[in-house]
Amino acid sequence: MNATTEIRSAPHIKGPRSVEQIMANVVYSLLPVCAFFIYQYGLSAAASILVVTASCLFAERAFVRTGTQAGSLSDFSATITGLLLALTLPPGFPLWMGAVAGIASIALGKAIFGGIGFNVFNPALVGRAFVQAAFPAAIATYTPSFLAGRFTEFIPSSLAWPLMAPADTAAWLKAMQYDTLASASPLARWKFEGFVTPAWDLVTSLTGHMAVGPSPLLIVLCGAYLALRRFMDWRIPVAVLGSAGLSALLIYAAFGTRFPDPFFMLFSGGLILGAVYMATDMATSPVTPRGMWAYGALIGVMTVVIRYYSGLPEGVMYAILIGNAATPLIERITQPTPFGKGASIQARRQGSYTLHPDYISREEAGAKTPKKRFLKNKPKKP
Amino acid sequence: MSDLSRAQTFDEFMEGIWRQNPVFVMVLGMCPTLAVTVSAMNALSMGLATAFVLVCSCGLVSLMRNIVPKEVRIATYIVIIATFVTVVDYVIQAVSLAVYDALGAFIQLIVVNCIILGRAEAHASKNPPITAMVNALGMSLGFVIGLLALGTVREVLGAGTLFGVSLFGANFQPWVVMVLPPGGFIVLGGWLLLFSALKRRKEARLAAQEGGHGA
Repeated sequence: MNATTEIRSAPHIKGPRSVEQIMANVVYSLLPVCAFFIYQYGLSAAASILVVTASCLFAERAFVRTGTQAGSLSDFSATITGLLLALTLPPGFPLWMGAVAGIASIALGKAIFGGIGFNVFNPALVGRAFVQAAFPAAIATYTPSFLAGRFTEFIPSSLAWPLMAPADTAAWLKAMQYDTLASASPLARWKFEGFVTPAWDLVTSLTGHMAVGPSPLLIVLCGAYLALRRFMDWRIPVAVLGSAGLSALLIYAAFGTRFPDPFFMLFSGGLILGAVYMATDMATSPVTPRGMWAYGALIGVMTVVIRYYSGLPEGVMYAILIGNAATPLIERITQPTPFGKGASIQARRQGSYTLHPDYISREEAGAKTPKKRFLKNKPKKP
Repeated sequence: MSDLSRAQTFDEFMEGIWRQNPVFVMVLGMCPTLAVTVSAMNALSMGLATAFVLVCSCGLVSLMRNIVPKEVRIATYIVIIATFVTVVDYVIQAVSLAVYDALGAFIQLIVVNCIILGRAEAHASKNPPITAMVNALGMSLGFVIGLLALGTVREVLGAGTLFGVSLFGANFQPWVVMVLPPGGFIVLGGWLLLFSALKRRKEARLAAQEGGHGA
């Protein structure tokens, strides 16, 4: 017989699921969301999704090939990063900046930590944070959805030459008789103009020409598919949305006139997309159930705090990155008790230990020599 | 000068530029490296100021190496370095106030630059003046190269210019992050990655050659 013995460290029990299978299902569940995004913004959105995803795949290929890291393109993880990154960027984001974002997300968010499974931060959000720091003007420039000619012409800022500044969309919108003020995102309109968009309009994203991402309702449905098939843990999105809604409700109840209602906070911006698809990234979120609740609650509260009390209109990205950074700590303090250990700890707590000379170290003056039972391996005198 | 000593001198000179490059290999003096390399001009003036201090103080330390008691050597080095830094400080102020304002406190901080104290302690105090100064010159060229490598990338991406000359025309989109502190870390990381990749490649090639000889 030609049997080989393989020596491995834990875990020894393997589920039937592979990384590829989980990632592929996440990609499938993202496809309707991407389709909705293209339906909203037309050609520019389609080009943005293609270019960003392609640049992520290109960077992944380059790093996997030259480095010593595990992983391959066929595990779909870079595809997910690309799709999510494209969904968080404005549809008229210049394509060359999108490519920069994609490369930065894989290089800074994933490759330098050692590739798939080793990343500390969500790669898509690292890419977005990089372009937010590099091109703050372009990333805040939104355009209205459902424009008449969206399937035949690009948003002019999309087609900027590499390294060159994008064209001004305000003049283009003016020529099309759109109010340029209406092209700000709902959160920016609330922050800078005090205008609160009705929550039901935000849920479907279908009314008017709002500058919003894909419909939160659709994202929740796609996320529910993943959660039902156990490809994603339901606790994290529930904790994120619950804590964000609860803290917004408390603040609304305390000073109602200055702050919007909690439903507006839940359905505006990228909170739903972030809670369902980004906070749940397996490598960067806690594995312990109690830790998941703590992690989600942290993200939700941070989102509301950043939105209300900082200069930025949107805070989901930084909130999730902070949550990612806290993940190792959360995991450490929410370790479940190993089987059999809880009882012994309880027993020890109940026992009482009076101060006895035997416990005092031998160096201390006047201390007695410990009895033999405390020094089992006492060296014998020669 | 015999051929051997010339080769040795050349080796001393090249050590700082390549094999022991203070920025990319020893990763010393990170404070000015990250802080003042927003533009190539700043990087160059910082590099030259450090070079002057390094060469002069290494020469003087080497001259005094036999008369300074061991117990007070660090204090002596600091006094020597501080003297030359004061000279450089006044010279830059006299030559160009714009550069002086751009570099700010980092000129005075050359005193505590660990490249200089490190060279004085590790090399100049054990070698004759000529050797010490040649080695210091190589080190400072290596430092200038390191600063320029960061400064050019950050200026080209962060402002679209190189030594103040516009490269891409008026329509250039500046990468704001490159002139901020994170940009310094990202660019430095990129260069370190490049150099370690080159080093690994060279080692792999050498190993392959040796393997070939063995077979």
